[in-house]
Amino acid sequence: MDSFFARFKNPLVLVAVVLLQTIGLAVQVQRGPGPGGDPADGAKISQLRYWSTLLVTPFERVLHGGGSHVRSVWVNYLYLLHTRQQNIQLQSEVARLREEQAAFAEDAEQGRRVQALLGFQHQYIAKTVAAQVVGTSGSDRSRLLLIDKGSKDGLKPDQAVITPDGIVGKLRDVWAHSAQLLLINDSTSGAGVILESTRIRGIIRGAANGKVEINNLTSDSRIKPGEHVITSGGDGVFPRGLPVGVIESIAPDPEHQPYTAIMIKPAADLARLEEVLVVTGTQTTLPPQAQEDEDMAAATANAKRAADLAADKLPSIHDGEPAADPNAAGATPAAPAAAVVPRPLPTLHPDRYTPGVTPQAADLTPGAPKGSSSPAAAPHPPESDASPKPRT
Amino acid sequence: MPEHSYSSRRELDQYVFHPAVTVLVPVAAVLLQSVLPRLWGRLEILDLPLIVVIYFAVSRRSPIAGTITGTVIGLLQDGLTGRPLGINGIAKAIIGYVAASVGFAVDVDNLINRVAMNFVFCLLQSALLYGIARFLVADPNAHLGPLYQLLKAVCNTLVAVPVFFLLDNFRHRD
Repeated sequence: MDSFFARFKNPLVLVAVVLLQTIGLAVQVQRGPGPGGDPADGAKISQLRYWSTLLVTPFERVLHGGGSHVRSVWVNYLYLLHTRQQNIQLQSEVARLREEQAAFAEDAEQGRRVQALLGFQHQYIAKTVAAQVVGTSGSDRSRLLLIDKGSKDGLKPDQAVITPDGIVGKLRDVWAHSAQLLLINDSTSGAGVILESTRIRGIIRGAANGKVEINNLTSDSRIKPGEHVITSGGDGVFPRGLPVGVIESIAPDPEHQPYTAIMIKPAADLARLEEVLVVTGTQTTLPPQAQEDEDMAAATANAKRAADLAADKLPSIHDGEPAADPNAAGATPAAPAAAVVPRPLPTLHPDRYTPGVTPQAADLTPGAPKGSSSPAAAPHPPESDASPKPRT
Repeated sequence: MPEHSYSSRRELDQYVFHPAVTVLVPVAAVLLQSVLPRLWGRLEILDLPLIVVIYFAVSRRSPIAGTITGTVIGLLQDGLTGRPLGINGIAKAIIGYVAASVGFAVDVDNLINRVAMNFVFCLLQSALLYGIARFLVADPNAHLGPLYQLLKAVCNTLVAVPVFFLLDNFRHRD
């Protein structure tokens, strides 16, 4: 017996090691997915993950810190090409967005009134924690990032992670000073979404090739490439209405008939994430700053509406004025029309009673027959685009 | 002309490493593997921990040491992913064992042998990972992608050759 073990010592060690890990795998798979959909970890597995992360995180922080410093010096002090032009463009963009915001404010208010009537509780993002991405999982089979904030900063598992462009993923394991961020293109990830124009609900999942897809919808002719996808809020992780991405392609899913594979181009650039925002708190009312912005937009919208009303009632108010370019730099919201003196409409059928047609008394010749005064001598009516019809 | 028995040839080609090298090189490989894809996403095609497992296994020529090295590095890698622990652990344990066994038969200092070993072991690992994900974890999204795996093997081999020469500086005969 001893000779057997001595002879087959090497393969026996291999078999033992593989067998132990296989049993460990079976236990983890048997445990099934956790509340967030991803595989739930036992206490020992979590500890192993913690130690693995702890081993590499300090080095990653140092590397990231050094890299950030160099990049910051380059970007903020040296590489300032086209900055002035960009500034002008951005100012123009801000002016245009203010106009748009004013237009949307009224719709939003109306939507909120309807939601209030329906008893719908909208979740607004109340509090976020900014975090830096310091590492990846290092595997092409797992789309997971490591961020430099943890439970000490108020982070908890399953909290939504976003960027200004759109959603990014959710937190998986959270430790004291770091956390794992499960990206939306990981195959174990998922989120409830709505197609913006058709209002069709679906679930996004990460595909094996690292793309994002909706694969729980059947073929529908209303779904077209280019449609925007937003969060539905139904998954309890992502607040409603956050941008997810744009539909890139629609094709039948050969493995899951009759469903279609709707590929989505994420709004956030998942391959180049530097800073992310972890949503640590939501509320049912607008945050103060957002409320302030909306009040300002509503005031602008009211002013614009007043101007539009005045224009409707006094249609000639804009005659002869060049059309305002909304994209022009320095464009300002429309001012109230109170100070504008209206002009009368041009006359379509001038006659002898039309103001300005009758010659001045000084130009008339006493005793001359009626109508002998040359029309050319008479002052013309105000110019207008509408040419008068010939008298019949 | 001196003649070497099998055991003496084996002992002649066996190398040992300083404990610090044994610990720091795998950690550095896992760390770089985690950081490099942040700089350029395509670098996730590399598998630096695999290269380290192969190198230590063929240099030590001990299947048990190769198995344990592969297991530890694989589990460390698994810890950084969101996947069940053991997927990389099993795959790299087998690679470590086979690499150490191959180390007996071939001259591991030869450049062509190094290229062939890295290429074949990279493909073997891809097949093992696919098999584990498909049949042990029952992952419906598991896919092989033969062309991608070939490209991955080529890229890893290209990186492995200079890494092997670099690591040669840290080994010494017992």
